[in-house]
Amino acid sequence: MSENDVKTNGFKVVGTRPNRPDGTDKVTGRAKFGADMAAPGMLHAAIVRSPHAHAKIIKIDTSKAEALADVKAVMTRADFADGLTGGDWDVLENIMAGEKTLYDGHAVAAVAATSPLAARDAAKLIDVTYEVLPHVTDVDKAMVTDAPIIRAGTADASVPEGLHPNVVRYHESGHGDVEQGFADADLIIEDSFKTEATHQGYIEPHACLAQMGNDGRAELWCCTQGHFNVQKICAKVTGTDASQIRVTASEIGGGFGGKTAVFIEPVALILSRKSNRPVKLVMSRAEVFRATGPTASTSMDIKIGMTKTGKITAGQGVFRLQGGAFPGAPSDLTAMCAFAPYALENVHQVGYDVMSNRPKQAAYRAPGSPMAAFAVESVIDELCNKLGLDPIEVRLMNASKQGTKASFGPKFDRIGLVETLEAAKSHAHYAAPLGEGEGRGISCGFWFNHGGETAVSLALSEDGTAALSVGTPDIGGSRASMCQMAAEELGIPYDKIRTTIADTATLGYNEVSHGSRVTYASGLATIKAARDAVDKLCGRAAAKWGIDRDAVFWEDGCAKPSGPNAGDFDPIPLAQLTARMGATGGPIVGHFEATPEGAGVSFATHIVDAKVDKETGQTSVVRYTVVQDAGKAIHPSYVEGQFQGGAAQGIGWALNEEYIYGEDGRLQNSNFLDYRIPVASDLPMIDTVIVEVPNPGHPYGVRGVGETSICPPLAAIANAVSGAAGVRLTQLPMSPPRILEALDQQASG
Amino acid sequence: MSKIHVTTTVNGDETEFLCDPRETLLDVLRDRLSLTGAKEGCGTGDCGACSVTLDGRLVCSCLVLGAEAEGKSIGTVEGIAQGEELDPLQEKFIEYAALQCGICTPGILVATKSLLEKNPDPSETEIRYWLAGNLCRCTGYDKIIRAVMDTAADLRKAS
Repeated sequence: MSENDVKTNGFKVVGTRPNRPDGTDKVTGRAKFGADMAAPGMLHAAIVRSPHAHAKIIKIDTSKAEALADVKAVMTRADFADGLTGGDWDVLENIMAGEKTLYDGHAVAAVAATSPLAARDAAKLIDVTYEVLPHVTDVDKAMVTDAPIIRAGTADASVPEGLHPNVVRYHESGHGDVEQGFADADLIIEDSFKTEATHQGYIEPHACLAQMGNDGRAELWCCTQGHFNVQKICAKVTGTDASQIRVTASEIGGGFGGKTAVFIEPVALILSRKSNRPVKLVMSRAEVFRATGPTASTSMDIKIGMTKTGKITAGQGVFRLQGGAFPGAPSDLTAMCAFAPYALENVHQVGYDVMSNRPKQAAYRAPGSPMAAFAVESVIDELCNKLGLDPIEVRLMNASKQGTKASFGPKFDRIGLVETLEAAKSHAHYAAPLGEGEGRGISCGFWFNHGGETAVSLALSEDGTAALSVGTPDIGGSRASMCQMAAEELGIPYDKIRTTIADTATLGYNEVSHGSRVTYASGLATIKAARDAVDKLCGRAAAKWGIDRDAVFWEDGCAKPSGPNAGDFDPIPLAQLTARMGATGGPIVGHFEATPEGAGVSFATHIVDAKVDKETGQTSVVRYTVVQDAGKAIHPSYVEGQFQGGAAQGIGWALNEEYIYGEDGRLQNSNFLDYRIPVASDLPMIDTVIVEVPNPGHPYGVRGVGETSICPPLAAIANAVSGAAGVRLTQLPMSPPRILEALDQQASG
Repeated sequence: MSKIHVTTTVNGDETEFLCDPRETLLDVLRDRLSLTGAKEGCGTGDCGACSVTLDGRLVCSCLVLGAEAEGKSIGTVEGIAQGEELDPLQEKFIEYAALQCGICTPGILVATKSLLEKNPDPSETEIRYWLAGNLCRCTGYDKIIRAVMDTAADLRKAS
């Protein structure tokens, strides 16, 4: 698609702020989330989990549980399909342990009983005998010579010889000559950084309701970011045909990447098959923390050279990521995002994916990018401080633009980083004076965004309304955006369209709601499906008028003859065409099935003021401004919401949140009291500026916005806190004890 | 274990149920009375998604036993709208896009109603501290706080 095809003005519905179609459901308690569904005769399930970070399973004795009258099924790994390999085996092994348990909280068995209490009681009676093995949970310790080996032979061909077997993937990229670049610098700063694992922290625990018969036919209801992926994985691990498992996505109570993984659904299906009854399985909060996807934790070394005037001459980074007991930590993405905002002649980055005895990491909003930005943007800030340069001017001087060869390889198409920096520079926040004890931090952030397999169907009703079916669960208001885009194309009112998240039996495969892809890809699909329907409507009008299809065009919800030569006919509104569609050729349905590949990358610049209490080490975020390129904001309120939500999660990550493991390898803080996400009284209002630099790969110029918003905050806050405290903070979270320690170290010089 | 018989009032309706002595009020509302508006986000009183009122007092229903509802009056999110009329607070939450996923919304609405009954003119700080027991992971609270402030202003004008 050429940029000329991008519609950038003249919108009637796009860019307005209508009420979301599911609003009433969600403010009345009527919306049905994962745990809100019930079925007649339903059983409740509970999972038995390993209390050990690393242990061999010697024996599982289920006899006491099975003897209870309330217990209708018990299962272990032996009940799953066998013969899986590679990534499929990893998924199964994480769902339920085979020979070894690999982290505290790893599932080993499950039980279904007549009530939730009976299931929990029965789970306690399942007796597992373990042989405890040595464990490791820290990324740096997992790489040293004598570290316990999580699973020998997991490393792929990318890993150079001589590394510990826990290093399972290796990434290297860049261009130019970094040594020459450093030689050309007036100042070089090198530093090391660490970030702790954090959890996505969605408020809704994983939940599902499953029914599977011995004929292999199954119905599954669950909260997930991608029900087609759930179907695929359930089919593999239960040994069933995918098409026989119909998955319906419930409303989803937050995901942020964490609900792209599958944990409990196959367990519920197997328990249902064994008991011949529907089975509901709901995780507790402690289970969510212990056994679902946190982020990777990181250890990073950064070296950047700069001239006196602020030109970056070379950038180099080493990124070590611990992703739990399986391959998959996003060390490659971390490395690729690190220097992406900057046009560097000389850049080099290395990533290590390291296994440890922790839960398998799952995607969390721009996986890897926030950590990389924290490290790189901290060093840039330090260079600006030492050279007495303005942090926004330096970033502008080095900013990636259209045509820049990205640090990860390809040339950028049209991008909006400079526009976000200019908007930040001219924002009142940037000129506002700082209060006593406050510091100001700036950071840029980058995310790739994603397209992915997408199928959409748009069926017109006889009364001139439309039923739009999409396959991407609505995590944060996407139904509204879809209705807006369909209304824009069809020329009918927003509220004449109903968007439904269709089940897996209704549409072709849809990739999960991730990669900030929904408004981009399902949006593009909706527009194309609407255009397909419009084409058919124009065809019906042409037939009625007895003229060529090409002589009819669509405007303001009507078919019109395209000019005097086409003939003199009154426009026919959509509802008149649909009223007679049964007699003029049958139902009219627009379709789109493809894999859009034009997801435009996205950049943001954040400004934050933080105040540090040097007595207690407590940080308050005083003022926060998010400036981000959205390409085109379909529903600006929900775009702002993504900006604000990403910033808030970043604030938590920067200041409070961390997985704390004891010497015994057990998670110490598996609840919301001890793993403290930001509460309302922790935060200020979060200002937003929507920049719109159209993405050439979308009919309206949309770029995904969900993930980029969490890329700058860790660094922006670290820069603000370091300014306020007068000492560089290099480890997250910057909790009061860490800040006090840094101040003490500085004082003792 | 034998069940306990409880007589209570839920959203104005007289209600009876049998519950296990270990069942929480949240379990009873959701599993026995099919009122799934209140959500379980943590089960430990940290997230507020299960907020209800018990004789007018805001509580986490996951920290109250079902048996404790005997003779009490319970208010849940399902009771906020009056017939087909949404409460002004509900309207304002939709208008302000004060929800993204919506899982925390029932608890936040119940908690906010309780605040506005006690304090019709809360400051931003008072709202933020009152709602500090209701976790929202999507919004960063900005639009929630604005929706509450604007609802309060409208209610003051109307009274």
